[in-house]
Amino acid sequence: MMSDSMSTSPQPRIRVEGLAQRFPAPDGSGETTVFEDIWFSVEPGEFVCLIGHSGCGKTTLLNILAGLATASSGNVIVSGQEVTGTSLERAVVFQSHALMPWMTVMGNIAFAVRSKWPRMAKAEMLKHCQKFIDLVHLTGSENKKPSQLSGGMKQRVGIARAMAIEPQILLLDEPFSALDALTRGSLQDELLSICAETEQTVFMITHDIDEAILLADKIILMTNGPDARICEIVENSLPRDRTRANMHTQDNYYPVRNHLIEFLVNRSVGFKDELASPDYDPRHPPVVRPTVITDEAGETGTGVLRAQA
Amino acid sequence: MSMSLQSRAIVLSIALFFAFAGLWQLILPAGTGSAADMDPAYAALMGATAKGASAMPGPLEVGKQIWEHVLDPFYDAGPNDKGIGIQLGYSILRVLVGFGFAVMVAIPLGFLIGMSPLFYKALDPFIQIMKPVSPLAWMPLALYTIKDSIISSVFVIFICSVWPMLTNTAFGVASVRKEWLNVAKTLEVGHLRTAFRVILPAAAPTIMTGMRISVGIAWLVIVAAEMLVGGTGIGYFVWNEWNNLSITNVIAAIFFIGLIGMVLDLMLSYLARLVTYTE
Repeated sequence: MMSDSMSTSPQPRIRVEGLAQRFPAPDGSGETTVFEDIWFSVEPGEFVCLIGHSGCGKTTLLNILAGLATASSGNVIVSGQEVTGTSLERAVVFQSHALMPWMTVMGNIAFAVRSKWPRMAKAEMLKHCQKFIDLVHLTGSENKKPSQLSGGMKQRVGIARAMAIEPQILLLDEPFSALDALTRGSLQDELLSICAETEQTVFMITHDIDEAILLADKIILMTNGPDARICEIVENSLPRDRTRANMHTQDNYYPVRNHLIEFLVNRSVGFKDELASPDYDPRHPPVVRPTVITDEAGETGTGVLRAQA
Repeated sequence: MSMSLQSRAIVLSIALFFAFAGLWQLILPAGTGSAADMDPAYAALMGATAKGASAMPGPLEVGKQIWEHVLDPFYDAGPNDKGIGIQLGYSILRVLVGFGFAVMVAIPLGFLIGMSPLFYKALDPFIQIMKPVSPLAWMPLALYTIKDSIISSVFVIFICSVWPMLTNTAFGVASVRKEWLNVAKTLEVGHLRTAFRVILPAAAPTIMTGMRISVGIAWLVIVAAEMLVGGTGIGYFVWNEWNNLSITNVIAAIFFIGLIGMVLDLMLSYLARLVTYTE
């Protein structure tokens, strides 16, 4: 199944082509490049995580995908159409949940649903909202205001609001980073099962390695900013039916995890040298697939399969 | 024995009230002076009826006067003798009309200023200069241009109510959280719907604070404005009673002015509670 996502389908859901973002430097002399020459694609139904240190422009990149920000150069093509602004087909779950505090849980979700289907009958709309409130296990809290909810519950509403408009793409900006570990875990489980059920295409930003391994089919590694690039695309070699409970017992868990940690701790810093190598092609960043390998003598070790996207 | 803070406060309030009334009674000039003690010229002016008694009433007299006003607030015995209810009614009406026009101007304009950083910056010097001007300074200009004293007093109320609402609305609208606007943007919500469903509720507590400040100022200003333009209203009543040397009625009027001011503020604070949200 993993190899399916490697083969380029005729039309990816998202195609990012040569994206760059530059800001005027604070001292007024020239420009600061946040990231440059970003190329990658997301297939329909794929869950893609973007990992990188703070300051590499992850949120900026997500805002460009959402249509909230405009890139200095390059294009984003979604389902064959160039992104020129926001769209109801690309729903965003914000890091700070961004619920309207004066609306109830139902009100927040209904606001989104009403935006997508202005002429939907009220009873039908409430039923539709209820379905998504139930989906994120908030049944019974419909009439609560966000201030009456815990952080995890608020983020559940944020997810329900994004899912309720049934978008082609779900964009998540570190949605669980402000939550405690236990809440984060249960929300990850829920997101995993919801996405498996709905075959939702998801692009998510995170800096939690285990979160990425649990959720993602494909993990995009970005180097440190300024002037960040895509370093590598890591394919998740764990079986797709992994859960948070059994993930660490999978053979390929440690190869993937160690590969990601090695990147975040060591390689992301001095990646300039790797970029300079003649093999590096920004249009086709290296695709790797860390797995356990067993040699003839029966010794197991870690191998990294390299492929060209 | 333990009483709640609330009931202890009530007991203390009552005690303070009686202490104040007692002190007032004690320091009253003894009203025993006769006409003989007066300056002869003044006594002659005052005529035979002058007893030389001080016009400063005691608390009981004032209380009695207030009670009389409460019993018959709406009598009308000619232009200079109307019940206090009628006078207060005129003042409230003027405040509400002036304030209402100010709301209609300040909130849309504040919205515009708050939404546009350009307008915010461009209009700021004008607002900063206009805001500290005493509203009564506008009175001659208003009388000259409008040529109607009633409308002029309403205009003065309008001009003093506009600034706090304008600055608060602009500030409230400008400081609506970016993420709420981003939510509206990603949901492709139209400008009008964003204004009414996102920006207005988000800025409503700040706008309401501005309205509360405005109505407070308007009620302060109407008394002074009516003293100037005369005719009707509680301000005119106070000035008229001063001319009558009826200090009792002046004090009674002060009490009613305070009472109405409090009611106006309570009403707006109730409205403010309706639109307040906790994040």
